[in-house]
Amino acid sequence: MTVTPGAPGRARIEARTLRTDRWWLAPLVTFTGLMIFIIYGTVRAFQNANYWVPQYHYLAPFYSPCLSAVCEPGSSHFGQWFPDLGPLVTPPLFVLPFVLGFRLTCYYYRKAYYRAFWLSPPACAVAEPHAKYSGETRFPLIMQNIHRYFFYAAIPVALVLTWDTVIAFHGKDGGFGIGLGTLIMVVNVSLIWAYTVSCHSCRHIMGGKLTHFSKHPVRYWLWQQVSKFNGKHMQLAWASLISVGLTDLYVSLVAGGAISDLRIFN
Amino acid sequence: MTEIERHNYDVVVIGAGGAGLRAAIEAREQGKRTAIICKSLFGKAHTVMAEGGIAAAMGNVNSGDNWQVHFRDTMRGGKFLNNWRMAELHAKEAPERVWELETYGALFDRTKDGRISQRNFGGHEYPRLAHVGDRTGLELIRTLQQKIVSLQQEDYKATGDYEANIKVFQELTITELVKAGDRIAGAFGYWRESGRFVVFETPAVVLATGGIGKSFKVTSNSWEYTGDGHALALRAGAALINMEFIQFHPTGMVWPPSVKGILVTESVRGDGGVLRNSEGKRFMFEYIPDVFKEKYATTEEEGDRWYTDPDNNRRPPELLPRDEVARSINSEVKAGRGTPHGGVFLDVSTRLPAEEIKRRLPSMHHQFKELADVDITAEPMEVGPTCHYVMGGIEVDPDTGQSAVPGLFAAGECSGGMHGSNRLGGNSLSDLLVFGRRAGLGAAGYVDSLTGPRPLVTEAQVSQASKDALAPFEGSGENPYTIHTELQQVMNDLVGIIRTGEEMKLALKKLDELRQRANHIAVEGHRQFNPGWHLAIDLRNMLWISECVARAALERTESRGGHTRDDFPGMDAGWRSTLLVCTTSDEGIDVRRQDQIPLRADLLDLFEKDELGKYFVSEELSAHRAEGTA
Amino acid sequence: MGYKASFKVWRGDDKDGGLHDFLVEVNEGEVVLDIIHRLQATQAPDLAVRWNCKAGKCGSCSAEINGRPRLLCMTRMSTFTEDETITVTPMRTFPVIKDLVTDVSFNYQKAREIPSFAPPPGVQPGDYRMQQVDVERSQEFRKCIECFLCQNTCHVVRDHEENKQNFAGPRFLMRVAELEMHPLDAEDRVSAAQEAHGLGMCNITKCCTEVCPEHIKITDNALIPLKERVADRKYDPLFAVASLFRRKR
Ligand SMILES: Cc1cc2nc3c(=O)[nH]c(=O)nc-3n(C[C@H](O)[C@H](O)[C@H](O)COP(=O)(O)OP(=O)(O)OC[C@H]3O[C@@H](n4cnc5c(N)ncnc54)[C@H](O)[C@@H]3O)c2cc1C
Ligand code: SF4
Ligand code: SF4
Ligand code: FES
Ligand code: FES
Repeated sequence: MTVTPGAPGRARIEARTLRTDRWWLAPLVTFTGLMIFIIYGTVRAFQNANYWVPQYHYLAPFYSPCLSAVCEPGSSHFGQWFPDLGPLVTPPLFVLPFVLGFRLTCYYYRKAYYRAFWLSPPACAVAEPHAKYSGETRFPLIMQNIHRYFFYAAIPVALVLTWDTVIAFHGKDGGFGIGLGTLIMVVNVSLIWAYTVSCHSCRHIMGGKLTHFSKHPVRYWLWQQVSKFNGKHMQLAWASLISVGLTDLYVSLVAGGAISDLRIFN
Repeated sequence: MTEIERHNYDVVVIGAGGAGLRAAIEAREQGKRTAIICKSLFGKAHTVMAEGGIAAAMGNVNSGDNWQVHFRDTMRGGKFLNNWRMAELHAKEAPERVWELETYGALFDRTKDGRISQRNFGGHEYPRLAHVGDRTGLELIRTLQQKIVSLQQEDYKATGDYEANIKVFQELTITELVKAGDRIAGAFGYWRESGRFVVFETPAVVLATGGIGKSFKVTSNSWEYTGDGHALALRAGAALINMEFIQFHPTGMVWPPSVKGILVTESVRGDGGVLRNSEGKRFMFEYIPDVFKEKYATTEEEGDRWYTDPDNNRRPPELLPRDEVARSINSEVKAGRGTPHGGVFLDVSTRLPAEEIKRRLPSMHHQFKELADVDITAEPMEVGPTCHYVMGGIEVDPDTGQSAVPGLFAAGECSGGMHGSNRLGGNSLSDLLVFGRRAGLGAAGYVDSLTGPRPLVTEAQVSQASKDALAPFEGSGENPYTIHTELQQVMNDLVGIIRTGEEMKLALKKLDELRQRANHIAVEGHRQFNPGWHLAIDLRNMLWISECVARAALERTESRGGHTRDDFPGMDAGWRSTLLVCTTSDEGIDVRRQDQIPLRADLLDLFEKDELGKYFVSEELSAHRAEGTA
Repeated sequence: MGYKASFKVWRGDDKDGGLHDFLVEVNEGEVVLDIIHRLQATQAPDLAVRWNCKAGKCGSCSAEINGRPRLLCMTRMSTFTEDETITVTPMRTFPVIKDLVTDVSFNYQKAREIPSFAPPPGVQPGDYRMQQVDVERSQEFRKCIECFLCQNTCHVVRDHEENKQNFAGPRFLMRVAELEMHPLDAEDRVSAAQEAHGLGMCNITKCCTEVCPEHIKITDNALIPLKERVADRKYDPLFAVASLFRRKR
């Protein structure tokens, strides 16, 4: 299947790998996790309903910001920039490229899907099934290098989600209020921020690109802080992915009336 | 006989540790075509394992430091048996050699003002060791390796061939030096990989083969340390001096058995680690010898204060020279106050915060965690003495590194004299650089001075050398591993850290037996990468050298530095000016006495007369300034 | 405490070879290298293996144990169960010489292709001034013991022999990063990283980091930052314009 074992002079070992541990588990879990998210995300994106809870001002993160003329009344906090383009062009599609692009070009997710989806390699010291390999040197994968632009774009997105969370402190009588939904959104937005800040491009921009930290004490400090988060980038990637999905699910269930929000205050 | 691979070089350096690489760099920079030969891969020589640092009186941390102080410390550490000229050159040139490394790309730990940071070490009066965490040897060897690569890149630019002027022959063992008349003509060896033979024709050979520790059972040394350079020089007619002095490092791992002997760096103590016996007592305070009484703290409080305020306090006795500490640990264990596995406790966990330990001693943390399941930030280590370094070696001219054989040079651990009877920590890495460079320079100068045709290696010499190397395949006796294990046991038990005349006589008898048996060694398999065969060849060297050690040790009827005799426990000033010299003759190994060259007056004057009085017989001090100009 | 363990050790050379079965004694606290040595001393005196320090410092004893690239001297027997069969094979990416010994010259070639440290012009030896915070990143990379396990594991060359030509491998891309981050290095190495040394081949799947016995964060601290620097230069028009007006920081 691969060219490797036959390469001249190498030890003649036929097995694709001699690993005896469950090396396939990690890619399998990654694959499953990402697939669940993709399927859920697709369904939700085209559902075009159940994303706004008017009495508590909950906006599902998949629909935020809601920029289309078809958005439910009250859910467009930042205006309605786009006209109604028919049922196939749902509001999430305007924002999705940015959000998705950020995750798709993220250094961690790249690792995750190169391993779990493209099997390149499926796990360390396990041969990959491709005859040729050129890494990220050619189109399309060379485009991964523009990740930093998605990082720039991710900041307004995170700001929007922050605003969504702020206004979700809304009670049914119109004043201040807190519900389980609010708390979930707070957790979610914190994780989104943590993930965004922990980005490798962010680490680079904050200070990583400098050669002399000692001449830029503030940026060095920033770099150190970002580095701390960066060390947990994988965990944050998963945590924020799960939290975004669950937050969306929760809001959609409340909006669709399947459950009612657990109110803590007003 | 099939065609034998031949090479022709101006200078052949045997050994790719710090000394060999520095020598090669120098020879190449002097315009000589240079070969570097090593038994293992390029960059893996023993130097890579050095941990603590490089001693050089740069005065970056304490500006009171200078070459004179370093010189004094070195002489004291060696109990004044050192070759003073070497100690002088070493102290003077070490800083330049370290600074030079920075121009090759080395990255030492820094002081606040951006200079090279220096740390405390046993026997050094001021913080003096340039270091990178506890992996200084790695930094040193990698830097020199990369410097060689950069020279090769230069050659590539100029000639299109990376190896035009400096080439590394890795995994090649030299088994014989070849002479034409009294001069060096070349070297003979085999590729470990293929077992094929190689001849180097060269007028100048620099030996930088390191030490001999593999003759001992408990050792911090690797398989490479079989005393090859010592033996090659001996057989070529050079002399070995000071072979009785072997440094047992006080702190080697003692548990688990498979790692017994692996080094625990002295920086653990330099950075605050303390030694305790099984009763929890810091026993080193009991063992401060008279000659050091004024220099070391007598109470734990004072010792502890010294770490933060070295100017107003004396250092803790854990930082006494290695021989003292090793002997003290030995006594504690013998007195029944040892740990369950026969060592003593070395503890930093109660002395420094966990984070600090991990930062300053990362590889120790790693080593104990991975090899012994001990977390040194939370619990003490168990340590005991381990054979570490040989002070003895090839007798050379201090300035050029040339031995008694024209064209044969030596530097680094395989040369002798510099460290006297005991080496201070950190003084080896600087020794490698200072004398590596000098040997390279010396060899280049020697090559320049030659007139007429170069000495030749004859066919007869080559076929004799091949026959010798292949002998083990003809043998019908034991396998080399058995004999090696027995040799290690003999040296460890009978010529170890504490010696007696009776035991050493027994050792000599046993060595003789082992030598007989070794003549019939049998190895299996064929020549291609055959460790059994390799060991069989190395074993001969170990046996030669072990005999030198044992004979010299028997001869020296006193205790000094790395030579401790139970039957002659005191240091004898009469022996200070006498060196023991080991040579070969037809009868075998021969040890004779030789007078030490008297210390130059201005160097003598660097010490107070009172102090010298403890080491010298009074006539020797007549040149001292205190004797007045009268 | 000792027990008998089943070992499968690959023996052979570049022409032929296979796994050989051994039953061998194991004692408390031992590492795989001890067992290999015991095999040499008792059952297979010509079994070839490289080692030096036996303490994880020299990077000689690299091999694959149960399919995982590791140092023989730092793999403790206690990480296996007593009834487990332990398979020891040579590194797969390099040509085998004999038994567990491989020809790692690929790595020495790559080392030569990385331009060396370029000393700052006009600074004399002894006058080098660098701050600890500025050397720390490169110091992490200089912990490398050149065991070449990362080079062996990296799928770019492990699975594609033909890439060896154009790809320096993680160890030497890290060397580029080390020099690039060196506070006094006078050379610019960013474009060469991508063009000459094949940084773009790396798909940051982190196997190098996973196997590094020195626990160097090769991918996070060397390769990705290097990719970002390349992006500054080659893929980021904004920075390209800005950098026209600035010198190396
Ligand atoms: C664990 C440990 C820690 C240490 N820590 C320190 C420290 O902190 N500070 C300090 O100053 N010193 C320290 N030392 C001592 C110091 O590291 C050594 O003395 C020094 O590295 C020796 O260097 P060298 O260049 O003489 O030889 P090595 O570095 O040992 O090199 C010997 C070379 O010779 C080659 N060779 C040998 N025989 C042959 C042959 N027959 N044919 C071809 N090649 C051959 C070998 O392959 C090798 O390349 C330490 C030693 C050890 C073991
Ligand atoms: S991260 Fe890059 S260099 Fe490291 S193993 Fe993966 S592909 Fe190779
Ligand atoms: S980076 Fe790590 S894995 Fe790679 S060669 Fe260096 S020490 Fe080995
Ligand atoms: S978001 Fe993962 S690296 Fe930028
Ligand atoms: S023997 Fe040195 S790293 Fe294993």
